[in-house]
This record gives sequence, C-alpha cells and structure tokens, in this order.
Amino acid sequence: MSEYRIQGNTGAWEVVIGLEVHAQITSESKLFSGSSTGFGAEPNSHVSLVDTAMPGMLPVPNRECLRQAVRTGMAINAQINRWSRFDRKNYFYADLPQGYQISQLYHPIVGEGEIEVTLNEKDPDSPTKKIGIERIHVEQDAGKLMHDQHPTMSFVDLNRSGVALMEIVSRPDISSPQEAGAYLKKLRSILRYVGSCDGNMEQGSMRADVNVSVRKPGGELGTRTETKNVNSIRFMMQAIEYEAQRQVDLIESGGAVVQETRLFDPNKMETRSMRSKEDAHDYRYFPDPDLLPVELDDAFLEECRASLPELPDAKRARYEAMGLTAYNAAVLTAEAETAFWFEDLLAQGVDAKQGSNWLMSELFGALNKMGKTLDESPVNPKQAAELLGLVADGTISGSIAKQVFEIMLETGQAASAIVEEKGLKQTNDTGAIEAEIAKIMAANEDKVAEYRSGKDKLFGFFVGQTMKAMQGKANPQIINDLLKKALG
Amino acid sequence: MSVDKDTVNKIARLSRIAISDAEADKMVGELNGILAWVEQLGEVDVTGVEPMTAVIANKLRLRDDVVTDGDVRDKVLANAPAKEGSFFGVPKVIE
Repeated sequence: MSEYRIQGNTGAWEVVIGLEVHAQITSESKLFSGSSTGFGAEPNSHVSLVDTAMPGMLPVPNRECLRQAVRTGMAINAQINRWSRFDRKNYFYADLPQGYQISQLYHPIVGEGEIEVTLNEKDPDSPTKKIGIERIHVEQDAGKLMHDQHPTMSFVDLNRSGVALMEIVSRPDISSPQEAGAYLKKLRSILRYVGSCDGNMEQGSMRADVNVSVRKPGGELGTRTETKNVNSIRFMMQAIEYEAQRQVDLIESGGAVVQETRLFDPNKMETRSMRSKEDAHDYRYFPDPDLLPVELDDAFLEECRASLPELPDAKRARYEAMGLTAYNAAVLTAEAETAFWFEDLLAQGVDAKQGSNWLMSELFGALNKMGKTLDESPVNPKQAAELLGLVADGTISGSIAKQVFEIMLETGQAASAIVEEKGLKQTNDTGAIEAEIAKIMAANEDKVAEYRSGKDKLFGFFVGQTMKAMQGKANPQIINDLLKKALG
Repeated sequence: MSVDKDTVNKIARLSRIAISDAEADKMVGELNGILAWVEQLGEVDVTGVEPMTAVIANKLRLRDDVVTDGDVRDKVLANAPAKEGSFFGVPKVIE
C-alpha cells in the first residue's frame, strides 16, 4: 500500500509493526466460572470463589467462549485447531488472584489466517493489502487496580477477573500507522459482524499491544519495543509515529533500541519505558493440570461455520451485484452497525437502490446534524420503510418525503399519519395540473416562445413552476407528461 | 538437567518465597535429587507414543454460557487482609 518512511539524518527508515489485539469475547458468563461479565457493576459483585482462586476451586471452560473464538478464526480463514490446550502463565500481580493467567501458549485454538485491509474502506478504489494473522488464543482477563483512592493502598476490583479474551496476534506485516489503523478497523468490523466482541474500545472491550521496530528499507529487522494497552485507534497511530521516530533518533545518535515494554501517554503523545524488573517476563509457562485438552468435534465445527453471518467483503460484492454503486456498497458494509440497519430496511421490502440512497443521504445527513450514531437513530428501519414505501407507490413525492422525514425525526410519528394529517398526498388529478400549466404558460409567454425555438433547458423551469403551484403535491411524472404535451 | 544456587534463588524470588542462604543450599541438593529421579523417564523410548494428558481417559467438560455464580461480594472479601468499601486493599502497587 502506501510507502511510509521516516526521514532520518542517515536516510530513510522503514517501520515494521505487529499488533496483539485483546478482544473481550461476548458472553454472559466468564471463561472458567459462572460469574456475570456485565459491565459497570458494583465492585467485586461479579466475582465467585473460582475467580478469587480460593483453594480447591476448579475451572470449567465456557463452551460459548470457545465457540466465538472458533467462529472468529473461521471469519479470517484461519486454521482451526481441533486439539488445543490451556497453559499457565505465571506472574505475581495484585490484579491476578491465581498467581497465573490461564492462557494458550503452545497450542492455540486458532492458527494462521489473514485479513485484507484497505487504507480507506469507504473508497472502493483504495489499494488493499493482506495482513497475516499468526494465531488467536483464548485467555482470562485480569482484575482492575485503582491507585488514586488511598494514600498507601491500591484498590482491587475483580469483576473483570476471569472474563474471556481472545488475543489476536498479527504478523509483522504492517508498515505504517495508517495501515495499523486500517487493520484495527477491519478487525473490529469483522468481530462485530461475527458477534464475538462488541469492539467497544472506550469500555476496554478491545485494546492493542503494539510492537514497533525500524530498519533501513529491506534491511535486517531491528530490535522491537512493545507499547501496551493502547485503547483507541487514534492513540495507536500516534504511539507508532512517536515510537518509530524515537527509535530512529536513538539509533542515529549512536544508541541502541532496548527490547522493552512501554506505555503510551495520550496527554503528552509519547511512549515511555515501564522500567520493569529484568526477570518480570519469566512466565514459566506449563500446561494447566486442572484442564484437559480442548478437543473440537465435527458437529461443533459445523455449527460454528453454519452460524457465521455474511462477512463485509462478501456483502459488499453482493450489494454491487444488486446494482448499488461501489461507493455505496463500501460505505454500507464498512461497519456492521450500518450493514445490519440496511439489511433490516431491505427485509421490509424496500428497493435496494432507493434504500441505499436514502440511508446515505437523508438518514446519515440527519444523524450527522443531530450528532447521533445510527444506533441512536430516532427512526428505525421499519418506520423508514413505511416512508420509502409511500414514495415508491407514488403516494408522496420525493421532496414531500424529505418534509415528512423531518417531522418523523422531531415527533416520532408514523409517515402515513403525517401525510394524512398534513394533507401531503400527491395528486394525480390531471385536470388540476393542466389548469396550473395553462396559467403558467399564459404568464410566461416569452419563455414558452424561447422553449419552442429550441431552448430545451427551460423545461426544468416549467416543471418547477408547476410543482410550486401544486405546493409540491403533484406527481412529477404526470407534470412531465402534461408539460411535454402542452409545450409541444 | 540440574539447578544451581542462583537458579534456586531466582525461582524463589519469582514465586515470592523468602528463603535463607542455608535453605537455598539445601534446596539445590533436594531439587537436583528430584530432577535426577524424574530424568530416569528419559530412558524409556516413547517414539510414536501419543503424549498422555490424563491418567484416566477423560474428555474436557464444558459449561453452558449462563450466569450461575457470583454476587457474593461479602464472602469473597471476608478473608481479605485489608478491604475498603467494596474493594480489596493491597499495598500500593504502581510502576
């Protein structure tokens, strides 16, 4: 795709980026216990004796969490491992009651796959690139620590402890902040389509660890750093830009990049070292003796595959085949939210072209003005379908539909009720229209003469005048036909 | 495979177990004895034998995705050495 280079004193540098994305699996209960995963609950209320690692408590895996990881793997055309296993990653921290995280190091549930990204998903002509996925494994989340509530203590809330995460590890195939942003957007879109993660970065449902190194174009790979827990696409792009520049400056001034964990500070827009102890990353992984291997049978895998929805790329191709423009198809499928809304609209019997044009101009325009997202739209697909149906069957004209839509947004009334109440029905009364046309022609004899002497463009003027005289309620097709006849 | 005193001290530190110098010396001997004993297994030719994951043939049991537990805040906090309101309290940990 785009060639991204950092210009240093010694020439141009290439950036090599790999992402480890932690995505919270959508489930009712935790990975190994029956506690709720609900967000925003009273501290330590969604916690069981398993989650606090009380002696004798044993983990029992949640089938749904494994199912969602497998479905996600299938959505990126990844190898699904019928045999996988859980390992213990050992470390001490106050947010981890077990003293180890149950994860999958040696035998992850999902192996290699790939995601095709495009720099601008709304531009059908934007170049594409395939980013390799190394693996997806399933693991437990840790609890939450608060450091600013007490002078000498940190507070621990274990509500998140044990919630299921997918760690989605990319190959170092990403070579610019823009590509990293496009990859994360595409991944989030796929997760939302599949329904395996809500992709909500503000609530921490999705966060990225960003591996960055620099090298002379085509040269040996440099030493990488890992910037942890970046929780927005914009921050991730800023972190990469900062980190790549820092590494170039460091190397060019005679220093060397140290392999280390760093944090991004969004206020200062910089990364800084976490200065952890040298042996903090000696995790002493070993297979978890409390858990047998995960063995997936044919029936399980078939159900996973059968339950996959149509994915963004396939949907886009189908919309184009239905006659939508490439641009419309790209915009409607980029986000799952938009695609599902549009699908609901089609399910109500709305014509695809009419529906897509209306959604993208009228509805998006209105939501934009109100500062609302599609999920917050005051008009739902069923109500919209009624409005569009009234246009399609000639009950109201397109311009009247705009007025009706505005009233719907304000009052929440149904389209047909508004049309009825305000008397907005389109008239097919040819006599009334002919009478207006006669008046207009009489008042504009000069223009009639000009038109007849070949100034075709004036036709629009007559249409406008007639529509105005009919207060917008005349059927435009009938106006056209009658005008053509009258003007000769 | 064998361990030296540095390794023993490192494992103790990673496991947050305080051991004295004398204990470390003793552990080196004990651990090496255990490792040597286990190492005898290396004499068995296991070519073509599937790794055994459980002594009794058994399948992993999975749960349905329903909330059946939790909502026992006072119970989980009951044994905490320190607590504040609904939280566990721990010595300040900040990097």
